[in-house]
Amino acid sequence: MQSNAGMEYDYSIVKLFLWTTVIFGIVGMLIGVLIAAQLAYPELNYLLGEYGTFSRLRPLHTNVVIYGFTLSAIWASFYYSGQRVLKVSIAESKFLSILIKVHFGLYIIAAAAMVVTLLMGITASKEYAQMEWPLDIVIVLIWVIWGVAMFGLIGIRREKTLYISMWYYIACFLGVAMLYLFNNMALPTYFFSGGLGNIMHSVSMYSGTNDAMVQWWWGHNAVAFVFTVPIIAMIYYFLPKESGQAIYSYKLSLLSFWGLMFVYLWAGGHHLLWSTVPDWVQTMSSVFSIILILPSWGSAINMLLTMKGGWNQLTENPIIKLMVLASTFYMLATLEGPIQAVKSVNAIAHFTDWIPGHVHDGTLGWVAFMAFAAVMHMAPRVFKREIYSKSLLDAQFWLQTVAIVLYFASMWIAGITQGMMWRAVDEYGNLMYSFIDTVSVLHPYYVIRALGGFLYFVGMLMFAYNFYKTATSGRKLETEPQFRSPMA
Amino acid sequence: MSIADIQAYAYLVGTVIAVFVFYNYIVYLYRSEKRGEKDHEKFGKLALDDDITSKPLVDNNPEAKNEKKEK
Repeated sequence: MQSNAGMEYDYSIVKLFLWTTVIFGIVGMLIGVLIAAQLAYPELNYLLGEYGTFSRLRPLHTNVVIYGFTLSAIWASFYYSGQRVLKVSIAESKFLSILIKVHFGLYIIAAAAMVVTLLMGITASKEYAQMEWPLDIVIVLIWVIWGVAMFGLIGIRREKTLYISMWYYIACFLGVAMLYLFNNMALPTYFFSGGLGNIMHSVSMYSGTNDAMVQWWWGHNAVAFVFTVPIIAMIYYFLPKESGQAIYSYKLSLLSFWGLMFVYLWAGGHHLLWSTVPDWVQTMSSVFSIILILPSWGSAINMLLTMKGGWNQLTENPIIKLMVLASTFYMLATLEGPIQAVKSVNAIAHFTDWIPGHVHDGTLGWVAFMAFAAVMHMAPRVFKREIYSKSLLDAQFWLQTVAIVLYFASMWIAGITQGMMWRAVDEYGNLMYSFIDTVSVLHPYYVIRALGGFLYFVGMLMFAYNFYKTATSGRKLETEPQFRSPMA
Repeated sequence: MSIADIQAYAYLVGTVIAVFVFYNYIVYLYRSEKRGEKDHEKFGKLALDDDITSKPLVDNNPEAKNEKKEK
């Protein structure tokens, strides 16, 4: 290892992932707004022929926001904060410098292939795992490259202690690696049928109930290891760094980490409550979901208490605002999820709009707010320019906060209304309502949801403009800001 | 005893062991700090003092370790 005198961190890969975060954010959320509007106004399904239908666009929305927007933000954050907490530059290793370029290049190829194949209707039909087998192979390759880059960086580090964020990034890598492989085990039918059918088609190696259990083992842990674990890694670095206050309790961060690791993996079965999976699986996943509140709130409270003695920053710094509200939404979502996993509550909640309501508390409030904060913290440091507009960032924050409230409030009401109407029976035990009755009642809430989504998307455009102007025409900075990000 | 029974008992035993290890870890973290053997909270500074020229909190450079031993 060389001397670090005159050395600088290498942000070339960070810049690329920052741009893809913004681009995928716009694309993914635009599709989200369109499909929300389609649910309220079904005529909108026919704008683009088969390519504009809800069934084509819905998986595209989830895949672009998860594997485009969120993963880009995670990788930008990892390559930025990973170098910093390990006190080593990627530029110190020629191998790693080349490897990260391959990482980004393959990622863009896979993302483009994902968009094209899903639009064409080529899908494995598994939630959050729709991509067909050739893409799965590319994704495994990308993941291995990221792992080599991560452990390579750890191998040449100057700082021996791995900061808690690194633990979470490692968990993200290992968790997804294991679960993605298991869930995507499939046979390409073309090669096992003497060349019949489409070469892209495959069938799962599991069948029936087993397939469902493996699917939701992955499905729920995609939420754990893509939407939770790396986002905690991000906030444990960016909140202390932006506020200038060390993490409230390092011990609590360690305890929450191991608690989360142990408990999360057992909770996936709660997606299959009241289905044909064994009763003990349902009970176990329900119990583990309740226990999950403890490590989740341990992390969230630790984040909020990090601001102890520095709460004035909440009114002065929109990046802190984004992160504090992200922690708060993390608390809300991790309380709401376990409540939905209680079997009696789930009897009403299952298959209703309360579920996407819950998902969007977490994704819009926790994941995306944290991604926006991380991007805006990194931008002045990687582009060496002041943030273009504080007032625009503030306006974005308030607009999107209102948008989330509209989204989840409408979905809570819609979901519980829907669940109650499906179960309602008259004195003779006959169902009181037909399916179309619920659709008529829910229409206003679908309109409110689409409006909330639209406002959030407008906030995303404001963010993209602010980011673009920061990167290209923000006031130049002579020195790197230590804590609070400078903004005009 | 069927394979399902063995799995169930193994699961129960595994869970009890994991809980035992986890609670011991909590006791270790707090006790080692109370006795002054470890300062876990100092690692919180890793996010704050993260310039490439900053002195590492715990140096990973083997040369530096050898120098310390020689002294």
